[in-house]
Amino acid sequence: MTERARTVEQLLAAKEIAIVCGSGGVGKTTTAAALGTLAATHLGGKVLVLTVDPAKRLAAALGLETFGNVETRIPSEAFADAGLQPRGELWAAMLDTKQSWDDLVRRHAPSTHVRDSILGNPLYTNITGKFVQSHDYIAMERLYEIHESGRYDLVIVDTPPTRNALDFLDAPARMADFFGSRLLRWLTVPYRSRLVTMASRPFYGIADRVLGTKFLEDIAEFFSLFQTMERGFVERARRVTSVLSDRRTTFCVVSTLEPAPVHEAEFFVRELTARRLHLGAVILNKVLPPTLLDADAVAAAAALERRRAEVAEALAPGVGVEVDQLRRVLGEVATSFDNFHLVAMREAEQRSELAAAPDVTVAVPYVDADIHDLAGLVRLGNGVWR
Amino acid sequence: MARPLLDRNLVFVTGKGGVGKTTVAAALALHAARAGRRTLVCEVDAKGTLAGAFEVGALRFSATEVEPGLWAMAMDTEESLREYLSLQLRVPLVARIGPLARTLDFVASAAPGVKEILTVGKLCWEVREQHYDLVVVDASATGHIVGQLAAPEAINELVEVGRVREQTRWMLDILGDPDRTGVVIVTSPEEMPVNETIDLAARLPQVTKVDLAAVVVNRVLPELFGRGEEEVFERVRSGDALARLTELVGPGAAKVLDAADLAVTLRRARAENLAGLRAALPPSLPMLYVPELFARVPGWRFTAQVAAALAEEL
Repeated sequence: MTERARTVEQLLAAKEIAIVCGSGGVGKTTTAAALGTLAATHLGGKVLVLTVDPAKRLAAALGLETFGNVETRIPSEAFADAGLQPRGELWAAMLDTKQSWDDLVRRHAPSTHVRDSILGNPLYTNITGKFVQSHDYIAMERLYEIHESGRYDLVIVDTPPTRNALDFLDAPARMADFFGSRLLRWLTVPYRSRLVTMASRPFYGIADRVLGTKFLEDIAEFFSLFQTMERGFVERARRVTSVLSDRRTTFCVVSTLEPAPVHEAEFFVRELTARRLHLGAVILNKVLPPTLLDADAVAAAAALERRRAEVAEALAPGVGVEVDQLRRVLGEVATSFDNFHLVAMREAEQRSELAAAPDVTVAVPYVDADIHDLAGLVRLGNGVWR
Repeated sequence: MARPLLDRNLVFVTGKGGVGKTTVAAALALHAARAGRRTLVCEVDAKGTLAGAFEVGALRFSATEVEPGLWAMAMDTEESLREYLSLQLRVPLVARIGPLARTLDFVASAAPGVKEILTVGKLCWEVREQHYDLVVVDASATGHIVGQLAAPEAINELVEVGRVREQTRWMLDILGDPDRTGVVIVTSPEEMPVNETIDLAARLPQVTKVDLAAVVVNRVLPELFGRGEEEVFERVRSGDALARLTELVGPGAAKVLDAADLAVTLRRARAENLAGLRAALPPSLPMLYVPELFARVPGWRFTAQVAAALAEEL
């Protein structure tokens, strides 16, 4: 039994893949970038941050104008500007779904003819180019490819914002199921043999009326071609899945303490536990300061509220303002404290519920300003790191 | 002049995760229903938050009346397919749909546009059949909404003949008509949601024909201090006054003042974000503001409060 990590630094020092997950809007991408920056700075080696978020925010935060499917090194000047001398290298890449699918087809296609037919199939073009869910599989596939290459000591993955937040975990298995299914074979039979079997006739009757023959032919061609790559794909999907449960892989759940993200984070924690995946850290962003829960502060706010007129009277001469105005200001101060105290209380409750499962739980204080540069990432990262 | 939001028939509510998209969708629907429009509100991502907004049990594909004139449902693409086949194609045998649905599941994992079309198709159909005056959709988040709204067009390009092509044509008619359909983007005043809103507002007209009807800014912090009052506050925080205040209300005085300072800082940062948002959006696009309500426990009370706030803005 290995000892549990006590800090994010210890956690990442012992892992090769960190998968950062959480619902949208909690600062997942920024957190992944901050972890990467700190890891490159303090742990050394080659660190890659792989983002799959369609919005290109990470690029801005890393001081890169733009980066695509190609892994790009963050220039050392960007570190120098932030006052850092990293021990290692920081790299970043963004997942280009279409490009990654094309690469995958090129790798698995048994012949140049099959390769070109697939790449030119209208259905294929639409699937890979337009529809978001094809992110899921390709993200895991790309992660596997990168990890396998051994190019990096640590890969930090920012997960795609999926409809069901854990879809991406199942994507490789779904892909394998798909290729292994008899249904797929059945679907493509009539177009291979031109003989519609008795069993499938009703289905084709309906499908033909709904979709039209041309589209069905496109589908059939697409799947027939894809079947030629079945063995490669299934084997690949199996290995991609196994990387997720490898002991060198850890999951970091990012959340704020608002009700909806917490709800989703709890779901993540439950699912990861049920799948026996390693939950390394829960990182809580935008947490209100603990002074909002301080007993003295609560008492002072209550006193201020209750004895506002009296306090204003006593304080006004020293401050040198009118009593009425001071009373209004003190009233606003007390009300504002009450409001934020309420939110902080709810946050504290949510936090204790989330803290039970992971090796490490860290809270990052509320900073409203967004992060645009490495220095900003380092500030955020420092709140998480040790 | 664009048609008022709730006079349309189909309103898609989108926004970055965590900004209160579901609450705003529920509140818009509630407000419309109380104004006398027969309204359906539909949750597209099966997360169950919409049920919480009305304090009802799990919502299903068949609509539940949550108060007079207001119905709620949860999207289920398999049910949608079943309904489509039996209503549109008069395919009577449920048994035959079984393998088709299963096939669809597989096809959908490779061609996910199928799921999108079944979602958008069902909603457009409710509009076409005039089952309701208004359908409010708690739609996908900003990252996915374009894919969802563009699905009929994509399918239309892909399928050259057949029933589906005819179907997507009338869907596109409804979706592309600004008198009937509109998109509402919900944001909070924080920088990231604001930036995503600006991006989406620019991208929407490029890839879809659906009209952007309004932006709702949720959780706007109240202005704490009026003119000159901030200076008074700063004086109270200075050494002598703070010492006196501590004598008067106890040792927690400084922390209470710090909390007010945090509120002022947050408000200021967010006001800048909102100014940037306003400047980036077309001047004619309505922006509706909903104040931060602090007690954010989802439920009827909260939904009604947000509805009241929206009513003032509409």
